[in-house]
Parts: sequence; structure tokens; C-alpha cells
Amino acid sequence: MEFALLFLPLLASITSGFFGKYLGDRNSEIVTSLFVSISALLSIILFYQVIINGYENNVVVATWINSGTLDVNWSIKVDALSSVMLVVVTLVSALVHIYSIGYMSHDPHKPRFMAYLSLFTFSMLTLVTSDNFLQLFFGWEGVGLCSYFLIGFWFKKETANAAAIKAFVVNRVGDFGFALGIFLIFYLFGTVNYVEVFNQIPQILEKKLLFLGMNVGAIDLICMLLFIGAMGKSAQIFLHTWLPDAMEGPTPVSALIHAATMVTAGVFLVVRCSPIFEYSPLTLNIITIVGMTTAFFAATVALVQTDIKKIIAYSTCSQLGYMFFAAGVGAYNVAMFHLFTHAFFKALLFLGSGSVIHSFKDEQDINQMGGVYKKLPYTYAFMIIGTLALTGFPFLSGFYSKDAIIEFAYLKGNTTGYYAAGIGILTAVLTSIYSWRLIFKTFHGDYNNKKTNINEMHESPLVMLLPLFVLAIGAIFAGFLFKDLFISHSGGNSFWGDSIKFLNPLSTEHPPLWFLLTTPALVLTSIPIAYYLFVKDKDIPNRIAQSNKPLHNFLINKWYFDELYDVLFIKFSKKLGIFFWKVVDVKIIDKFGPDGVSSLINRLSLKASKFQSGFIYQYAFMILLGFSALLTFLILN
Amino acid sequence: MISIGLGHYLTLAAIIFTIGVVGLFLNRKNIIVILMSIELILLAVNINLVAFSIFLNDITGQIFTLFILTVAAAEAAIGLAIIVVYYRNSSTIRVEEINSLKG
Repeated sequence: MEFALLFLPLLASITSGFFGKYLGDRNSEIVTSLFVSISALLSIILFYQVIINGYENNVVVATWINSGTLDVNWSIKVDALSSVMLVVVTLVSALVHIYSIGYMSHDPHKPRFMAYLSLFTFSMLTLVTSDNFLQLFFGWEGVGLCSYFLIGFWFKKETANAAAIKAFVVNRVGDFGFALGIFLIFYLFGTVNYVEVFNQIPQILEKKLLFLGMNVGAIDLICMLLFIGAMGKSAQIFLHTWLPDAMEGPTPVSALIHAATMVTAGVFLVVRCSPIFEYSPLTLNIITIVGMTTAFFAATVALVQTDIKKIIAYSTCSQLGYMFFAAGVGAYNVAMFHLFTHAFFKALLFLGSGSVIHSFKDEQDINQMGGVYKKLPYTYAFMIIGTLALTGFPFLSGFYSKDAIIEFAYLKGNTTGYYAAGIGILTAVLTSIYSWRLIFKTFHGDYNNKKTNINEMHESPLVMLLPLFVLAIGAIFAGFLFKDLFISHSGGNSFWGDSIKFLNPLSTEHPPLWFLLTTPALVLTSIPIAYYLFVKDKDIPNRIAQSNKPLHNFLINKWYFDELYDVLFIKFSKKLGIFFWKVVDVKIIDKFGPDGVSSLINRLSLKASKFQSGFIYQYAFMILLGFSALLTFLILN
Repeated sequence: MISIGLGHYLTLAAIIFTIGVVGLFLNRKNIIVILMSIELILLAVNINLVAFSIFLNDITGQIFTLFILTVAAAEAAIGLAIIVVYYRNSSTIRVEEINSLKG
């Protein structure tokens, strides 16, 4: 079963990628969707077995590397943690495959697109089912590669290519840290297998290493390096700049890769390595701070963006921040729970916005939309469900997971914890405001689009609405159904088994009632406020923007991160690159290397061809000269 | 009165040969001069052969000279024929303009 689960998407990818030309568009779509759907069904069955029987398994597929002490296997490790990820990945992927049949109906390269999607699914599955760091890294790079392919899928669009390269390069920064972390693990433990590494951790608690001239704890260093990798993949602040740009790709890609699965790989890594992170309070604090800064930062930026997909992208960034600070305060299971629910409602929002964009004929600016809720009733309903779930409306999935994060941060009981809880509540309010702004500007108010007539607007086809429906079910019920399983306050953590390690058991107390009520109350009151601001009296947001011009500019330019990096890194490396290109390469290497030799030969042969003057008398003279020389030579000898 | 010996014949032949060779490659005007130069060279050779034939008292050289004269006549005939044909094709026999072999 594990074999089929893992390799069906690969098979689908190969079929569609290499034989799509012979199969035809429709058949490739059916094959890929069907295979990934089977994979999704299998992973649900597996998840069920894990819940009921505590099923655990580690299927070794093949030996990968066996050299000295380095012994690495290709394996399919199934435990509670990976089964959750399997469900998320394959389910969202299957739905996105089906949705893409409708969304990409006008695209000329359907088999290629489906092949990339399936290949991504396969890479993500190898990532989550790995039993060692090296296979994890393989999957990690595999999803990065597929992300690159898919962001740059519309390769004729200049911005898409630039965004794809940016995503790849920014991820390299994180991956560099991650790779260093793996090297360090192998250096210290002589193995990269999870279980063996985790067993040896308590032996090196006191070990110090000299790193960049500083004496740091070995565990702190490992955790920091791994976390840098996680920051890159999960778009945390400083390495987040690629995620909004990645929205250049087709919307299903954004839903699958840049909302539900790939970007959560960083959270998964931290949770998977909880047996290491638990011993590094320093890194956990840094994770908390980075997480809450990202959550807050991304939420503020999302307030003023006008591109529908960028708003949701920043929202994703913000929610990833929540997951990280949940992990940072030691509530790994809550981070996983939020990852789980987030996958549903964020994929729902993305696919919903894709449906809107599709109806508006590729318009993404929310200022160019409005007043279409009667024309797109189903999309509207699904988007409302997604938004309610995202903002944490009581009894929808986001309510359980997000509030749990804030509660656990509060229960942590130290300064960082209280601070994180405060930021969490503030961010929740911001989340609510920008989400409702998106809804109201897109569906309510006046119709503002000049390119498309309102009467031409039509609801998306069934093949696109069906996945939305499934995700909406998930967004409504996932939190309520699984909260006891994932984060039950009592009963310990029987579901997670050995896959997550808690050094100190999580607090089983409940925060005070007023605290529990704060977030939902604030979130609820922000709905009418948002309605008033963005539908009733549109002047107020404009006036606020006018009166706080510097702040507004600061937010609309995304805290000037791109500009800052431009000054700090890009300009310098660009100059260096141009120097190496124009001076070192062209003027030194080429001049004396290939160009030099070829021009030398050219000049010599021009000289040589002067001998071939074509005048017979010169030839005769040469013959005479040569003959005389030969004769002289013979006579003298 | 000086007696005319082998040396004089050889000197004359060498002078004629040199004139022929120089005429061959200093000539810039027309092909007929080249042909004439070749005739001069052959003539110089003939003089040498005859001179040595008398000096060594060996008839072979004189017979050889007759062969060379025959060949020279044939060669002149062919050469002139080529020149005529060439002139018909390119309407010039100026040496400077005949360089279609140029690389």
C-alpha cells in the first residue's frame, strides 16, 4: 500500500510528461488525476489505520548510499506525523489536479502542467515519508525544483521567469543552512537516520563547537542551521520575499505548493526534529520570535495589497508564522493541527480566488472587481467559508487551531509566551480585517471592471466547484472533528506516539475564560467594521491612507524588504557578476583563451594564404628557389 | 686571338639560362614572353649538352639535343594554342590579370 501511495504520482508524472503527446490532453488529465486520487484514498485509509490501530511502518525501498559509516536508505516511514502530512498532501493535490482540468482548459500545455503537479506530489511524499535527513533533503530539493517549474510555467511571461528564479535563489539561502545542518549531524553522530540521531542527542548536550569564532552549543547550532532551512522553505521573515512573487504561477499551483503543502515543509521539519529542538531552548525562542514577527509583518502587508493572490499569499506567510511560533513554544502538535486545518481553508481560498480570476478573465486586482456575489454564488459561498475558517470564526476549523496556538503561547507562561500570545491576537484581528476586505472588495460594492461586462460573468464549471466543495467541508469540520485527536488537553498525546517528543509535558490547564473569549470576540466585531470600511464608507480607508502616507507607503512596499535586499546584496553581487563577466571572462579568459587562439590562427592563415597569389611566375620562382636550395644542400653534403 | 673553349660555351649557356629564368619571373606583361623565356632556358640546356658532347666526344648529348628541340617545338605549339584559347575566353593574356588560382 505504501508503495502504491508513493509511486502512483511518479508514474502519473512520467506517463503524462513523456507520453502526454501521444495520450492527448484529456487522457493525461484523467491519468494524473486518477492516480493521485487513488494515492489520496490510500493515504486516508492509512491515516485511519494510524488513528485506530496506532499503525507504524518503515518500508525500505532500496539502499541509496552505503559508504563507510554513511548508510542511507530510500524508505517509506509511516507514523502519526507522516500520516497527517500524507493526507494533507495527497488530498489537496488530488483536488488541485481535478480543479486544474477546469482552470487550465485554455492552456496549450496541459500534459506538461499535470506532469509537474504529479512530480511535485511525488517529491513532497518522499519528503514526508523519509526516515533520514538525506532523503528529506532529496524531497526538499525536489519540491523546490517543481516549484520553480510551476512558478515559471507560463515561460513566455517575463515576470513569471523572474519570480521562478527568485524563488529558487532565495530557497538556496535556506538550503545552504539546511545542508550545513545535515553535515553537522553526520559529523557529530556518524549517521543521518532520524532514530539513530535522536537516540544520540542526550549524549552531546554539553558539547561545544567553534563556529565563526564563537563557542556555541552543538545542539543549538544544529537547530539554528535546520531552522534556517525551514525559514527558506516556509517563507519566514527575511527569506519570505519569494512567496508573494511566486503568485505569478497558475492559481492551482499557488493553492497546492504555496499554501497547503510545500511551504509547510519547514514546519514539518521542525516538528519532525522535535527531539533535537526540545534540547535547544535558545533556538525555540528564536523560532517563536521569528514566527510571530512573520505573522505580524505579513498580516500588516496583506492589509494594503490590491492583488487578490498576493493578499492570500501574505496571509499564508502570516499563518506559517503562527505555526512556527506554536512550534517555538513547544506545542508541536498544535503546529501540526494548524498546518492540517490551514491546508484546507487556504487551498479553498486560493482555488476560490482562482475561480474568481477565471471568471474575470485573468483580472487579479481587487479594485477592478466588486458586486458579483449574485453572479458567482457558489464561489462566493466557498470563499466566505474559507474566510470564516481562516479568521477563526467560532466552530470552524481555524477557530480550533489558531486559538489553540494563542492559548498554548499564553500557557507557556514566560515573557516570550505572553508576548507571542499578544501578537497572535493582534494578528488574528488584522487577519480578519484583510480577509474581509478581500471578500467585500471582490464580491460586494459596485462592479468596477471595465474590460469584462458584468453580464458575461458566469460561474466556473463543475469540475472546478467540486474540489472547492470538498475543501469547504474540510474547512468547516476538520477542526471540530480532529481537535481531540491532535491537541487534546487531557489524555496525553497518544495519537502522536514517538513521532513528536515533549521534554516537558504540555500544560493541561486551561487559560482563563476572558482570554479564551478575547480572540473570537475581536474577530467577530471586525466583520461589521470591515463591512463598514470597505463597502459602506469607502472614504475612510482612503482618508486613513492619506493621513498616514509614510505608513501606507511602508506597508504597500512590503516593509521595503525587496529594496533593502536590493541595496544590501543584489547591487553588489550584480556589480561583481558584471565585473566577472565583462572584465574577467570577456577581457581575460576569452581574450587569451579561445578568442586569442582563434584570432592567432586566423592571422597566421591569412599570412599563409598570401603565398597563394595566383601568379604563375611567382610559383615558378618558388620552384626555382626550392630546387636551388635542395641542390645546394645535396652538393654540400 | 683567344681560343674558344668549353668554358665560354658554358658561360654563354649560363647567361642565356639566367636571362630565361629572370624573364620568367620578372615578366609582368604577357604570357608570350614566358613562353619565349622557357624557349631560352631550353636553348641554354641544349648549348650545354652540345658543348659537353663535343668535349667528351660522346654523341649522346647531340642526339638528346635533337629530342629536346622536338619537345620544345611541340611545347611551343601547345603553349601558343593554350594562349589563343585563353584569350578567347578572357580576352586578355596579361600576366597580372591571370590569377584565378589565388587562394
